Amino acid sequence: MTTPSRPPHLAGHDLHLWRGDRAVFSGIGFEVAAGVCLQVTGPNGAGKTSLLRALCGLLPLERGRVQWRGAEVHADLGAFHAELAYLGHDIGLKSDLTAVENLYYEVGLRRRVDRAAATAALEQVGLGPAMHQDIRHMSAGQKRRVAFARVLLCACPLWILDEPTSNLDAAGQALIGTLLAAHLRAGGVAVVATHQALPLPAESLRSLVLG
Amino acid sequence: MSARVPVLQAGLRLMSRDLRLAMRRAGDWLQPLVFFLVVTTLFPLALNPELSRLRDVAPGALWVAGLLSSLLALELLFREDSLDGSLEQLAISGVPFAWLLWAKTVAHWLLTGLPLVLVAPLAATALGAPAAAIPGVLAALLLGSLALSQLGAIGAALTLGLRRSGVLQAVIVLPLAVPVLIFGARATALAIAGEPIAPPLYLLGALVVLGVTLAPLAAAAAVRISLE
Repeated sequence: MTTPSRPPHLAGHDLHLWRGDRAVFSGIGFEVAAGVCLQVTGPNGAGKTSLLRALCGLLPLERGRVQWRGAEVHADLGAFHAELAYLGHDIGLKSDLTAVENLYYEVGLRRRVDRAAATAALEQVGLGPAMHQDIRHMSAGQKRRVAFARVLLCACPLWILDEPTSNLDAAGQALIGTLLAAHLRAGGVAVVATHQALPLPAESLRSLVLG
Repeated sequence: MSARVPVLQAGLRLMSRDLRLAMRRAGDWLQPLVFFLVVTTLFPLALNPELSRLRDVAPGALWVAGLLSSLLALELLFREDSLDGSLEQLAISGVPFAWLLWAKTVAHWLLTGLPLVLVAPLAATALGAPAAAIPGVLAALLLGSLALSQLGAIGAALTLGLRRSGVLQAVIVLPLAVPVLIFGARATALAIAGEPIAPPLYLLGALVVLGVTLAPLAAAAAVRISLE
């Protein structure tokens, strides 16, 4: 990858999203610089997931611009996606493969990973020996941890996480907070939709309330 | 950060994932093949088993059974990846999406199209085709199944967002498959009659090239819409 000229920085200007004839949100704007996490909150149905998916380029915006490193993301979606790790509602893991295999195959599309790297990422999220089980034998919380390990392994500067702590036990929630803080300290950017308080220092946390 | 993976390698990685998944679920992939064998075996049982009669219907029976079997197999192409969110992850992997879908389609063909071609000699013989006709029948089915899997990818992609997509998928794919059916059955008939089969094979080849170049783009556009 060519060395990016500008530091990681995500901005949305005047974002409007419609579903059919209903406005999900309109006139949303934000800026997140390196080392900062944008926490998106709002009641159920306020459009948190839609906003996150729109930022990823999965949903077309009615109006507005999303900029990454100061450039329009739609000008080169491929390059933007290469720097983006997204954790969605549907975790995107194959139930007939083990956790290690899932990471090996899926992150392997993005960057060179071997099984050792996949194992290391799974150990980081505290999965332990369960990593050699098929995903379908795992609990919802374990699956969530695997999905989070995928985000870690992508080694992307931008994380977009949709309810990363759902189904996780207290230890898991704390772990996600720690890993998120480490990502920000390393100069990463994160957009997180969650109702839980994030254990981050105030200077690295911005808030966006929808609805 | 480590370097991005070359697109070719990314496609191969996805193909090997799909093949490995299929090995864990062999039953799913064998069903269309068994369907093809059963349908082609039913013809000699239902019709007058006189050899010359059977040879007349052999091309049609082989190709209609092959076409329907490929339709049945389409359910396995994108649906599960769409339901578990894998397709979404592929769409934002930074690798050209059409290329990844093409890789998936090729893996799908290896699992459903190629086995069908490999058992075709058996089915053709059951329908009274002489041994000399088998290479021609194989060549026609090889090209035809490639073209059908590309067309099928478009149909499967267009119907991804729908709950009960089977019938609509057939309604979309079958008219598109008519040229493949015509030239494929023609090539098979010529092969059984012992005549040169090059002209329809060339046309089938042209359809394969057309499908391989355009279908992934159409499928990628359709899948993106279904992800919205």
